[in-house]
Amino acid sequence: MEFNINSPILFVMVGILILVVLGQSVFFLCKALKRSKELGMDKKVIKKTISSSAVFTVAPAVAILVGVITLSKSLGIALPWLRLSVIGSLTYETVAAGTALEELGLGLEMPIVEASDFVTVVFVMTTGIIIGLLLVPFVTKKIQKGMNKIEMKDKKWGEILNNAMFLGMISAFLGYVFCDVANVFHGDTSGLIPVCVMAVSAVVMMICGLLSRKLKQRWITDYALPISLVCGMASAIPFTAWLR
Amino acid sequence: MKNNNGTVTYLDSIHRYGRIWGIVLFVLIMAFPFAIAIIFDAKPEWGPLARGTLAILPMYWAVGIVEILTYVPMLGAGGAYLSFVTGNIANLKLPCAIDAMERANVKASSEEGEIISTISIAVSSIVTTLIIIIGVILIIPLSPILSSEVLNAAFEQLLPALFGGLAVVFISKNLKLSVAPIVLMLVLFIFVPALNAGTVGIMVPVGVVFTIVVARILYKKGML
Repeated sequence: MEFNINSPILFVMVGILILVVLGQSVFFLCKALKRSKELGMDKKVIKKTISSSAVFTVAPAVAILVGVITLSKSLGIALPWLRLSVIGSLTYETVAAGTALEELGLGLEMPIVEASDFVTVVFVMTTGIIIGLLLVPFVTKKIQKGMNKIEMKDKKWGEILNNAMFLGMISAFLGYVFCDVANVFHGDTSGLIPVCVMAVSAVVMMICGLLSRKLKQRWITDYALPISLVCGMASAIPFTAWLR
Repeated sequence: MKNNNGTVTYLDSIHRYGRIWGIVLFVLIMAFPFAIAIIFDAKPEWGPLARGTLAILPMYWAVGIVEILTYVPMLGAGGAYLSFVTGNIANLKLPCAIDAMERANVKASSEEGEIISTISIAVSSIVTTLIIIIGVILIIPLSPILSSEVLNAAFEQLLPALFGGLAVVFISKNLKLSVAPIVLMLVLFIFVPALNAGTVGIMVPVGVVFTIVVARILYKKGML
């Protein structure tokens, strides 16, 4: 078959793979919903979890879509669609594709013409990210058992441990927000953009919490994270125009 | 089942099906490049393939293993099986699950926490997949809008906007425990030039381990 980065057969194959992945999500969703009923969990809580998770996902999902568009210049649409819907994230995929293309003497701005080049890029991208999929089925049960043991031994410490892990992750990302701040001393103020965006998002989150309490409107808390996320991202537009 | 064995049964079946789905998807995803090679009758360029793989594999696999050890305990069983297939863990799935558990007032280590985490990650995965499908169908009219400089400025700041809000929730509830890891990370990221967007993934486990050590010390001293 003649090769084209947007060949219909690529879309068919990627479409099938994505349907299987979608099937996995639906399967686990049904299992968890069934179990929540068996445990007699509050239906309202479950419904809110579903709706707020869906609303929260919209902005990051559109950002992922932007990644598909960025990579589609050289790789066509089907491959980035697969790589960013399954396992991948834009940072990893851009570096993996960029490295492979560089080795081939090509770049991210030019569409791949040769099938052999495309196959090479797909192999490099696939082997790069496959480790999680390879190991998770075999180690998850052991890790979870270890966590349960700690919890059984000392319940309070188990809870603190969970919070400590979440905080550890959050602190790393907060640090990352400040990674270019030192450039201010060299006259480059663009490093302040993420700091300002983070501050707006944090303030909006606090306002949501206060409003929810004052007005006794619980739904504000339910959607506080997506609201603060979108407000923070929107504030990036004027901050970028001002500081870059 | 509402008896005591229910917990074991549910978690065991999650592990069983998680393994099955994981192995099936591993085979399908690994088959994809081979299928393309056969369909287009093309062999890979062996030299660039070897060099490209060697350039990224050690780093990606090392980070991948550390990510498994860091994220699996936080995601729960169902959440882990889903997240390591659908990806975008730190920038989407985990914050989504953490927020959902926080609002539902359930502990991550409880069965209720496991269920809420799985539901939120499954919903998030489904919505992401559907949005990308719609985007791919409408890619021609959407491309100029989504690639515009103005919107790009917003998308570039997804992580600061996401973690700003999330940090308020968690820091306000764990004030004592938050100080040390945040100070450490700020100092490291501000003064070590090598730390940036590309290396934040490596710093997550560092932050997690450091915070656990601090938490243990504070707990032993009766300060938590």
